[in-house]
Formats: sequence, structure tokens, C-alpha cells
Amino acid sequence: MLVLDAFTGALGANPIQRATQQSGLLALALLLLSLACTPLRRLSGWTWPARVRKSLGLLAFGYAALHLLIYLLDHGFSPAQMAEDVLERPFITAGFTALLLLVPLALTSTPRAVRRLGFARWTRLHQLVYVSVGLATLHYYWGVKRDHTPPLVAAAILAGLFLARWWGRPRGRGARSSRAGP
Amino acid sequence: FARPARPLGPYDTAEPVTPYRQATTYNNFYELGTDKADPARLAGSLKPRPWTVRIDGEVRKPQTVDIDTLQSWFPLEDRIYRMRCVEGWSMVMPWLGFPLAALIRRMEPTGKAKYVQFTALLDPKQLPGQRQPILKWPYVEGLRLDEALHPLAFMAVGLHGRVLPGQNGAPLRLAVPWKYGFKSIKSIVRITLTEKQPQTTWALAAPQEYGFYANVNPAVPHPRWSQATERRIGELGRRKTLPFNGYAEQVAGLYRGMDLRRLF
Repeated sequence: MLVLDAFTGALGANPIQRATQQSGLLALALLLLSLACTPLRRLSGWTWPARVRKSLGLLAFGYAALHLLIYLLDHGFSPAQMAEDVLERPFITAGFTALLLLVPLALTSTPRAVRRLGFARWTRLHQLVYVSVGLATLHYYWGVKRDHTPPLVAAAILAGLFLARWWGRPRGRGARSSRAGP
Repeated sequence: FARPARPLGPYDTAEPVTPYRQATTYNNFYELGTDKADPARLAGSLKPRPWTVRIDGEVRKPQTVDIDTLQSWFPLEDRIYRMRCVEGWSMVMPWLGFPLAALIRRMEPTGKAKYVQFTALLDPKQLPGQRQPILKWPYVEGLRLDEALHPLAFMAVGLHGRVLPGQNGAPLRLAVPWKYGFKSIKSIVRITLTEKQPQTTWALAAPQEYGFYANVNPAVPHPRWSQATERRIGELGRRKTLPFNGYAEQVAGLYRGMDLRRLF
């Protein structure tokens, strides 16, 4: 999509800034979509969401990595600038941490990794995604200058997803499971 | 890009100017939307004629004047100025207009005048972005009187030899090239000379991020990003940001003895 935009000139007068924003937004959107899979499967009974979940998560990681790469490119791969940004600007700290937390998840996305870690440990590790997506949303919120509507929409979607997850959780005292009975 | 045929004046930069298309399609004018492309798309709703400007406050000749009359008072000059946005990008803008000092002197400031306050148009019909309370409308900016009387402080009515487009602040805007772009208020309807420092829009919205002075200063980072570098629109890399946006020689004297880290 970005490549297409670059060729058609749709990236506008400040293409690097636009590419930074687009890749970041795509990473967050894909992360939210990957988090929608489990509640969607539980609430609807469909199985296809479970099959696309991993791809969405990996794609989100890919765009987040691209987002960082463009940022690094933009700042001339300067380690000093990077360290200053990460350490002194909470806005960057949040975004950088969000991406760091996705690294172990991407590395353990294979069936072999699940077997090696054991399902329970793998699941616990992958709960890091909740922290990551929260930080990513915060990073988005802090990143806009004034109009906070889009990041608030993202936060509302995230809140909705957590709610759906809670609603559809297995073996809980939620409406669905108590109705389902033993 | 083609350099204008005339010789450069003492206040002009010799750097290549930003092409008209980029200078008129990548704009911050929140009254016409918060996306950079919004102002060009929505500028049709802004009607720059008929237009009057109210000049009042601490002046001996307060008056409301039609924009065409106001323009006819002064010979129009070209000025090629750098423009550095607080967001970290910059352009080179070939303005057409007249020095702000000429207008202020004509209004004869009283001894009490210490500041100049500028007010932009308030009209959600013409400026649909004002329907959202993103900022406190109307947009207000201000300068200290000595800053306003500096020969670099400029009132623009044209760009690239054409009438100023709506998205660039038609029909009358400020251009103070040593300050971040948000100081250069667009679509001005009122100029008031005051005794007290004006309450300016961005300083009200986020006082820890935007100060009254807003002088371009690579040594004072924005809380969320460094101001050490900038991207010139049309270039891919970044260049070093210069103190006072490269106008230190002309304007640094205005701030002698001031702590510009505190008064950012």
C-alpha cells in the first residue's frame, strides 16, 4: 500500500512523515484486528478467525518494525538521537516498548515454539500483547498534536475488545458459560 | 525550481523556493481541518472578499478598513522567507506583501502600546474546522511591539506572485520567519495594540509545549520531539535547524538578557 502510494505520489509533500504515520497506524490497526479474533471466534462460533490470528499478529509486527525503520532512517540511524528520544520522550518510550514487547511474540509464533514452551507458558507469554497494544495506543495518543479523536477511537475499540473478551471468556461466570452448563 | 527574475533583497534567502503545489497542498490551518491536505480541499468555503480588518487598542487612529484599501496604502514587496513549522518541517515561501511596521506606524501607537494582538476570522460557515473545539476559536496570536516593528515581520497578501490562496491564510496573514509557523496567524480580521501580553491560542492550549515567543530554537526540544533538525519539504533527509531559523544576526538583539530556555 505504501509502495503504491509512493509511486502514485499520494504520499504528498512530506512522504517520510506520511509513511511513518501510515505504517504506525497500520501496525496498530492490525494488532487490534488480531485481538478481535479470539472474542469473535468465541462469540460467533466461527473458526476462521483463529486461523488468521497469527498472520494478523505477524503483519502487525512487520508494520511496527517498518515504522521503527522509517523513524531510524529519518534520523540518520543516529544511536545518540535514538537514545535521547527513547529515554527522554515518554511518547517514544511507549512506542519503542510496545514494539520490543512484540519481538518475543513474533519469535515464538511457530507451532514448534508452542510445543517447546508448553501451551500454558506460551499463552502467558503471549499475554504481553495486551501491554503492547495499550502502549501503542498511548503512543498514538501522545503523538498527535491536537485532534485526539482518532487515537480515542482506537482506545475505544481496544476497550470494546477487552470487554468482548471478558464477555466471551471460557469457564467464567459470564452469561454465555453459565447458560452453557456442564 | 525557477528563481524569480528580480535581484534578491536584503531580507531574502537565496535557497530554492518550495514549489507552489507543495506550498499550497501541505498546510496547517486547523480552521480548515487537521489533516495537511484538508485546507487545500476545504479552502473554497473561505471568502477573502469582501473583507475588513479592524485596527484598534492603543492607537491614535483606530479604524475598520477594507482589505483592498489597506493593501493600497503600501507598495507591495517580495520576500523569500524560510518557514519552520514546530512539527519539524520547513519550506521556503516567496511572499508578497508589506512590512507590519509600516501598518503599525500608520495607526500611530500610543505610549501604552507594548504588544500587538492578531485575531483571525471566526466564522464556522467559512471555516468549518471551527465547529470542533480543537482549539479556542478564534485563533489569536501576538508579538511584542519591538518584534512587530522589526523589518522582517511581514504581512503577506500573496504567494508565488499570485493572490494568497485560502489555505495559506487569505486575504491577509502574518509572516514572522524567525518564529515557528504557528505564530504566523492566517486570515486576520483584527489587529489590536495592547498594554498586556496577549493570550495566544497554542500557548493557551498546551502551555508546556508552546510558549508566547516560539522563537525557532534547536536547543529547546519540544516535549515530544527534538527541534535540532528539520525536513525541508521536497527533500528526504534532515538538515540542522538554525537558531532563530537562520535569522539570528537580524533578530537575536531583540532578546538580549532573556532566558530563551524558560521563555520559549
